Amino acid sequence: MSAKIVTITSGKGGVGKTTAVANIAVALASNGAKVCCIDGDIGLRNLDVVMGLENRIVYDLVDVIEGRCRLRQAMIRDKRLPELYLIPAAQTRDKSAVSPSDMVRLGDELRNEVDWVLIDSPAGIERGFKYAIAAADQVLVITNPEVSAVRDADRVIGLLEAEEKGSPSLIINRLNLNMVKNHDMLTAEDVIDLLAVRLIGVVPEDEAVVVGTNRGAPIALDDKSKAGQAFRNIAERLQGKDVPFMDLSDQGLWARIQRMAGRK
Amino acid sequence: MGNFFDRISGRKRSAKSAKERLQLVLIHDRTDMTQSELEALRDDILSVISRHVDIDPDAVQIGVEREGREQRLVADIPIRSVTRRRSG
Repeated sequence: MSAKIVTITSGKGGVGKTTAVANIAVALASNGAKVCCIDGDIGLRNLDVVMGLENRIVYDLVDVIEGRCRLRQAMIRDKRLPELYLIPAAQTRDKSAVSPSDMVRLGDELRNEVDWVLIDSPAGIERGFKYAIAAADQVLVITNPEVSAVRDADRVIGLLEAEEKGSPSLIINRLNLNMVKNHDMLTAEDVIDLLAVRLIGVVPEDEAVVVGTNRGAPIALDDKSKAGQAFRNIAERLQGKDVPFMDLSDQGLWARIQRMAGRK
Repeated sequence: MGNFFDRISGRKRSAKSAKERLQLVLIHDRTDMTQSELEALRDDILSVISRHVDIDPDAVQIGVEREGREQRLVADIPIRSVTRRRSG
């Protein structure tokens, strides 16, 4: 076994890094892969609640790095998927507790344990970002179709190129189809044109994401959710499958009737 | 409905503003060059070139263009025709 290590980062906070990590991990594990997520946001632990694993934490990332427990002891097994694990962030420490070389060492150890390691990067471009990308074979930059998020994504892409991490792939998250239709939101094409990187997925805005987070059950588990489908597609593209991008135009019944009536 | 009111009020759709504003901001972020620095560069380039050839400073266009993630400084500097100068 030799895992691929993927870091998800964004520059700006609140664009959906943690949600994306949880959902892509769930999708990969549902496809039969063995997956370990790492919450890299030391001091601001969150991936555990999004995955619904907050009550199972004994050891954390800093415990492994400082040798207070073995790697296996810090890997919390998911409730639903037996091949999915989480290494939570330490909550009472800060980013100075981990260095880039610590993460490279941990990543190398994990390579023999699982198929995929997904690292949830903290927001920002400082120390936390640097250790989060240190071990990555591939970096996914996530953004929203909104000026501040796109600007920060551009900055992060520039830094990744400077760090010789290669060109990252882009996830556009929370695309509001109604606003796009009204020309009040950047389209996925606009964002790709501005950032000039490879697209790996477009996730439509979906209330089910919040509902899933409320319950600690990522929506990639929900077959009916469009956002869940988008995350499952990203997982398959990571696995090398050529999945066509979803048609995100309005496919509701009303839109179809309007189209049939020639009103659109 | 928003579209209709935009059309009668003449207000530009916000997505277009977002894209245009981002295009400018990203050029400056990526090159770390402000408008005034670009103008200083332009003046320097013009003074060097006009020492060697006769150019029309008002027709000169210098700007940053993007090609993928690469930024390129593009200068269009028309040279004054010798014959036209004599006849004019």
